[in-house]
Amino acid sequence: MSGSDTDALTRLDAAELARRVQAREVSSVEVTRAHLERIEAVERTGLNAFLHVAADQALAAAAAVDDEIAAGTVRSPLAGVPVAIKDNMTTRDMPTTCASRILDGWRPPYDATVVRRLRDAGLVPLGKTNLDEFAMGGSNENSAYGAVRNPWDRTRVPGGSSGGSAAATAVGEAPLALGSDTGGSIRQPGAFTGTVGMKPTYGTVSRYGLVAFSSSLDQIGPLGRTVLDAAMLHEVVGGHDPCDQTSIDAPLPPVVEAALAGARGDLAGVRVGVVTELSGEGYQPGVLAAFTDAVRVLTELGAEVVEVSCPSFTYAMPAYYLIAPSEASSNLARFDAMRYGLRVGDDGSRSTDEVMSATREAGFGPEVKRRIMIGTHALSAGSYDALYGKAQKVRTLIVRDFTAAFERCDVLVSPTVPTTAFPIGDRVDDPVSMYLADLCTIPANLAGIAGLSVPCGLAPEDGMPVGLQVMTPALADDRAYRVGAAYETARDAASGVPFASTVPDPAALETAS
Amino acid sequence: MSDITREDVAHLARLARLAVTDDELDVFSGQLDAILDTVGRVSEIDDDVPPTSHVAPLTNVLRADEPEPSLDREAALAGAPAAEEGRFRVPRILGEEP
Repeated sequence: MSGSDTDALTRLDAAELARRVQAREVSSVEVTRAHLERIEAVERTGLNAFLHVAADQALAAAAAVDDEIAAGTVRSPLAGVPVAIKDNMTTRDMPTTCASRILDGWRPPYDATVVRRLRDAGLVPLGKTNLDEFAMGGSNENSAYGAVRNPWDRTRVPGGSSGGSAAATAVGEAPLALGSDTGGSIRQPGAFTGTVGMKPTYGTVSRYGLVAFSSSLDQIGPLGRTVLDAAMLHEVVGGHDPCDQTSIDAPLPPVVEAALAGARGDLAGVRVGVVTELSGEGYQPGVLAAFTDAVRVLTELGAEVVEVSCPSFTYAMPAYYLIAPSEASSNLARFDAMRYGLRVGDDGSRSTDEVMSATREAGFGPEVKRRIMIGTHALSAGSYDALYGKAQKVRTLIVRDFTAAFERCDVLVSPTVPTTAFPIGDRVDDPVSMYLADLCTIPANLAGIAGLSVPCGLAPEDGMPVGLQVMTPALADDRAYRVGAAYETARDAASGVPFASTVPDPAALETAS
Repeated sequence: MSDITREDVAHLARLARLAVTDDELDVFSGQLDAILDTVGRVSEIDDDVPPTSHVAPLTNVLRADEPEPSLDREAALAGAPAAEEGRFRVPRILGEEP
């Protein structure tokens, strides 16, 4: 195929790619090859979204899907569509590093449930995407393999921790990607890169094979360039899994149906709550302007908009940065240099304890070390009640705030992040300023509810994308897709072009320069 | 309110099995101090609230007590930094330490 055909295929959304492959207008091999070529062209510019590309396996998987389709079998509505996988989900045929030196080159002996479901549904895994080490960070600068760049402005971060998945989706290296969200790690990079990112209700997408960071908060979810695409991927990976003890044995909400219904643009009777505590002082003016405009659009679509107060949300960030590090300090104890991963200093004279300490020192980056030590402190006898215990009480207050707010509203909205993507290097030495990027997304994780980020335009002062966050009660994820799709349709109708098509092309910039 | 010294960081690092360097003790003590100042705000809330450890509507999830195949030895050892005679080889565990 010529270069322009390749470009055309990588600009199509997943729903359209699936339709064409399943109608045999184009083969999955052609679609997969187009994306592999796109990855090669874009990664050459230094985007750094991928840590591993599995070209041969992808082409083989695509060929198998083509054969099945030719024989009349279509495994799922997304059969034949390529997908990228965040590198903290285990894959038996690709390395899984969590962007950490401690797992450099590690090949897991099993597939994560979500990866198995992708394969079973006939999706084509392209490779593994970059992230903040062990998903700890909001900028992707904590990767041991270098930061990912933001395609909208290469001097800025793509957000994190699923920054590789978000950037890859934004520039068409993949039409879809999986991310994981512990405090905002899908929604925040979604907002920073102008992509759609969904954190499903806790327990509705299996965590089996997701390398654990904070087990009571971690949740896998989809990223795409449209709300419908994210919903379609959500439907493939979601649902009960007996291999995950925290998996909820309930039917998945009808997310694809909701996205299709929402796209018709009618929100009559939908009660939308604007959270008072998630705007105002400290928020970038262009973010607030884009958010206010998005709320106006929801009103025009028939939604009934009210303001709601969630007073405990001001304690969400402090509580999160106690709970998540506490759970991380326990979860990351498994990296002991004995069963897998790096081992340093095993010279016959050093003890297990010394080898373990030397390995963890060499294998973990600074943010991971900080969080392990904060967690160790918060769980220690002298601090437990004042820190970890109090944080768990805050969690109760957050749940209560949401319960009260959802008595008055069907969904809650806020900006996804208080600012747009910040310059690379700006916050690396100041962890607390980095943590502020999670301010609006953390409450949903603490309460285990669903949250969707949909692009809502650009901030005038820097031309960077802004995200609209739509939060729903637990197990009502479909509402976020309905509202998100309705907004998306109105947004694109108003501007005359699909928002996803407006991202600068890094490969074209390279050619021009 | 918090006041994390180099000695505190060294203690935490020992508990967490991190052989941190002298330079790191300087950097981390300042950073952990700033983080604990921020997160310490949780102490302001009313004590009379029950804690929430997780939000999944589940308790004691058990599978049926039936034997199932698990990883075979080769797969389990495949990622080991060192293996010998079909087992994980580890550095000395007992020794001169008190």
